Amino acid sequence: MASPRNGVLPGFGLTLGFSILYLSLLVLIPLSALFYRTASLSLADFVAEVASPRALAAYQLSFGASLAAALTNAGFGLVLAWVLVRYRFPGRELVDAFVDLPFALPTAVAGITLTTLLAKNGWLGRILEPLGIHAAYTPLGVTLALTFIGLPFVVRSVQPVLEDLESEAEEAAASLGASRWQTFRRVLFPALWPALVTGAALAFARSLGEYGSVVFISGNMPLHTEIVPLLIVTKLEQYDYAGATAIATVMLVSSFVLLLAINALQAIGRKRLAGAGGAP
Amino acid sequence: MTSAVLRESAADPATPSVRAALQDPPWVRATLIALALGFVSLFLLLPLLAVFAQAFSGGLATYFAAITDPIALQAIRLTLIVAAISVPLNAVFGVSAAWAIARFDFRGKNLLITLIDLPFAVSPVISGLIFVLLFGAQGLLGPWLIEHGIKIIFAVPGILLATTFITFPFVARELIPLMQEQGSEEEEAAISLGASGWQMFRRVTLPNIRLGLLYGIVLLNARAMGEFGAVSVVSGHIRGKTNTIPLHVEILYNEYQSSAAFAVASLLALLALVTLVAKRVLEWQIRREKQS
Repeated sequence: MASPRNGVLPGFGLTLGFSILYLSLLVLIPLSALFYRTASLSLADFVAEVASPRALAAYQLSFGASLAAALTNAGFGLVLAWVLVRYRFPGRELVDAFVDLPFALPTAVAGITLTTLLAKNGWLGRILEPLGIHAAYTPLGVTLALTFIGLPFVVRSVQPVLEDLESEAEEAAASLGASRWQTFRRVLFPALWPALVTGAALAFARSLGEYGSVVFISGNMPLHTEIVPLLIVTKLEQYDYAGATAIATVMLVSSFVLLLAINALQAIGRKRLAGAGGAP
Repeated sequence: MTSAVLRESAADPATPSVRAALQDPPWVRATLIALALGFVSLFLLLPLLAVFAQAFSGGLATYFAAITDPIALQAIRLTLIVAAISVPLNAVFGVSAAWAIARFDFRGKNLLITLIDLPFAVSPVISGLIFVLLFGAQGLLGPWLIEHGIKIIFAVPGILLATTFITFPFVARELIPLMQEQGSEEEEAAISLGASGWQMFRRVTLPNIRLGLLYGIVLLNARAMGEFGAVSVVSGHIRGKTNTIPLHVEILYNEYQSSAAFAVASLLALLALVTLVAKRVLEWQIRREKQS
């Protein structure tokens, strides 16, 4: 099975065997328990669970808020990546390092902090509430929490592409009299968009499943501010295993479809980057 | 098409007009920098400051009382134990999987890489749920476990399983591209010079991958200590028994003990800051090592 090229190196059977065993025991078998459990539901029960008004409202909030947050991050993330790669200013390194905070800060801490900031008497709530903007315990708050969680994805996926872009095409466009905006639109953006969409899709996927940072700020009102992961937890706490399992299956399948789409996008991005050296 | 045509007729970029056209006008620069810094301040800096401001809002005495409370100490102890077990397990797996994937060609390799990433695509809540479905009282193995007096869900083993599942890909996904890039010449040379597999691993492979391995471990550890959703589902929230630091923060917060909640949360914020610094230092060293 191993290629002859690497025939000298030892340990193929051992490491592959261990890896597959560990993967199966910890990931594949437990995940298949979810599908096994779902398969034991009758179709009518399954549909009743996953298409109940409460579940539909939860999908709408989760998908809607995740999309809004991903789009916000696509915009600001592109600006942030551009500024970090192209400009030199004091504190740039610090800002660059800081972008990963949402990866490093435990979600529960992010959740209680954002809630405290946006509550009526919080630092931000005090400014927003008189303006009639209610963030805490509303879909807006959910979106803001998801924007925090998804912030690093677009920056970290666009940044390396921007760094690797060869300046030749840009220089050529400029010397042919293209304006800066034309150069961006016609030369830079075509090279950047796969990374931009990949980053936004990663942020979206993460947001769909996010629990800790949202559960405190959402208010958790069924039909209004209840996200899908919370609905699953609520059903589980009421020992409604069938309901929790059915809805979890819908979410898991959505995540897998997203994962495949992201893989395809990354393949396009790699092709573009490789093609940037030769003919487009 | 266009860019090929453009490249042929590219002028010397050093001419002043071209250089000017390559740089954004000052007002664009100023606006974009202001936008970026504003976004970062609002979404990252302000929350971080708020954690510490809230933590000390009740005074130093309250702060230290909160973090030295016996139940808080129990939560800290459990978090450390969980990390001490799941971090080495996933690190060993990561090295092993990276060795098989980066050093050998075999059928299904791409599928294996995709499967390793799977836990990142699964919601933390679902990561907890699957273990409840397997080991919970109503789970597939539940009756058998009860009969034999083994408790996994609402106990420490469940927390361990959920944490290890959630942090499963970290080391592998750092090491696979790193080892693919490094190639196997040095290892092949070691073997042909008569080194045993273990000697080759200790003297050649491990020194080559140590920074990447450490990088993966830093990220893995941060997630293992901070995981909330998955652990929350399997823990049962038994005070002083199955509460990790994030769960303890949640309980304090829901009991309106805000400054105590933030005091304990500030420990996790410190962990996040240490993680960010370690991550940066390692990235810097990895870049330097690649250049030399």
